Amino acid sequence: MSDTLISVEDLSLSFPNHPVLSGLSFQVNRGDFLGVIGENGIGKTTLVRVILGQLHPSAGKVVIKDGVRIGYVPQFRNIDVEYPLAIKDFVALNFTGLKLPWLSKKERTRVHQVIHQVGLEHIADRPLGLASGGEKQKAYLAQALINHPDLLILDESTASLDPNTKKELLDVVFRLNKTTGLTILFVSHDMQMIHEYPDHYLWLKKGHYESGPIEDLHNENKEGQYV
Amino acid sequence: MFSFEFMQNAYLAGTLIAIVSGMMGVFVVARNMPFMTHTLSEIGFAGAAFGIFIGWTPLNGMLAFTTVSSIMVGELSGAVESRRESVISAISGLFIGLGILFLSLSQKNSSYATNILFGSVIGISRQDVIQMAALSILVLVVLLLIFRNLKDDSFDPVGAQTNHIYRNIISIIFLIMLAFNVSVAAQIVGSLLIFVLLTLPASSAKYFAHTVLQMMALAVGFALFGVWVGLYLGYLTNWPVTFFISSIEAAIYGISLFYNFIRSKSK
Repeated sequence: MSDTLISVEDLSLSFPNHPVLSGLSFQVNRGDFLGVIGENGIGKTTLVRVILGQLHPSAGKVVIKDGVRIGYVPQFRNIDVEYPLAIKDFVALNFTGLKLPWLSKKERTRVHQVIHQVGLEHIADRPLGLASGGEKQKAYLAQALINHPDLLILDESTASLDPNTKKELLDVVFRLNKTTGLTILFVSHDMQMIHEYPDHYLWLKKGHYESGPIEDLHNENKEGQYV
Repeated sequence: MFSFEFMQNAYLAGTLIAIVSGMMGVFVVARNMPFMTHTLSEIGFAGAAFGIFIGWTPLNGMLAFTTVSSIMVGELSGAVESRRESVISAISGLFIGLGILFLSLSQKNSSYATNILFGSVIGISRQDVIQMAALSILVLVVLLLIFRNLKDDSFDPVGAQTNHIYRNIISIIFLIMLAFNVSVAAQIVGSLLIFVLLTLPASSAKYFAHTVLQMMALAVGFALFGVWVGLYLGYLTNWPVTFFISSIEAAIYGISLFYNFIRSKSK
C-alpha cells in the first residue's frame, strides 16, 4: 500500500468573482516526483498556498498526513544584495524549534550536510547577494531541506534560469528524490522540464485538470504543446 | 578628564548606548526602518517635553511615548508604500507640534528644547546612567533571546513567512526594544539625530562585512568610535559632542560608500 502524504479531495477555491480551482482531487505519495503544470495565473501558486495552510479552500479539503514535514522554496524572495548574509548563514535561517542565539554543533553539521547536498560547499562563506541565479536557487533549496522535510515544494524555481542551470538544479532535486526518497512537488510552466524530470503530472487548465503518470503526458503531447 | 563625574557618566552611558544601537541598527537597516526609527524619536521629543511638563524626567516621558506609539507606528510598515511616507510626515509633524506645546506650557526656557532635540552630555546624572544601563542591558538580553528568529524575519521575510515563527510577536518585541533604544540614545545624540547611532554605523558596516555577526561587530565598533572620540573632542574644544559624533559617523559612512564604489569598479 502506498504511503499517502497529501490527499486533495474535491478542492475548490474562489477569489471574489474569480474561481481559481474547482473540483480538484489528487494524491501525493511518498517518493513521488509530481510536476504541477499550467499557464501563469491558472492557480498553481494558489494550490501551493492551500497545501501550506496559508489559504483556506472554499470547498473540499486538503489532508496532510500527521507528522509530515514540508520544505518550501517560494517563487519570490526579497533579499537585498548588499546584506552581508553568507550562504551558510542564509541556509541556517530556516531552523525551527528552540533556538540558541548561536548554532549548535548539530545544527552546524546539518548546514554542512545540506550545502554539500546541493553542491555549494565551495562558496558557502560567500554572501548570497553575490551568488548567481542558479547558486541562489540552490541556496534556497538547501534552506528548505534544513529541517529534514518529507515533502519538498518548489514553486517556479527554474523560471529565471537558463537551460543548463535549470537542468543542474533539477538534477540535484532528482538525485534527492531517487537516493533519499524525498517526495517532490515541482510547480512550473516549463513543459520541457515537466516532461524530463517528474514521474507524475497534474495539469491545471481553465476549470478542469488532468493528471496521471508522466507517460500519458508524453503521448498526449503529440497533439500539441502550448509552451 | 575622567576626574569629572559628568565625564564618567557620559562615557558610561555613551558606551552602553553605542553597543546597543550598533546591534539594533543592523536590524533597523535590514528591516528598512530608518525613517520609522526617526519618527519614533520625534515622538520621543514630544514625550520628553510632556515629561518635563508633568514633572517626570525627560527620559521617562520619552519611554512612555515611544513604547506606546512604537506598536502603532510599526503597524504602518505594512501600509502601502506611497501612503506610508505621507502618514509618517503627518505623525512627525503632529508630535513635534505637541512637543513644542508641552515645552511652552511647562514654561521652561528654550535650552530644554535644545537639550532634547540635540542631546546633552552634561545633564546626565548618575541616576540617569543607572536607568540607561538597565534599559540597555534589557534590550541586549531580549535581543539575544529573539536573535535567531529576528534574523530570519529581518533578512529573509519571505522565507520566515513559511517558517511558522511568530512573526507578529517578533516584530512587536523588536519595536518595543527599538523604543527603549531610541529613548536612551536620544539622551546623548538628541532625538533629531537618532540616525547617527541607529542607522549610520550599521549602514556603513554593511559594506565591509561578510556575515551578519561581522556586520554587528563592525556597527558596534563604528558607533563606539564615534561616541568615544566625539566625547573626547567635545571635552577638549567645548563644542557640542553631538556635532563630533554625527560628523564622525557621517565620515565613516562616506568612506564605506567610497570603498564600495571602488570595489564594484575594480570587478
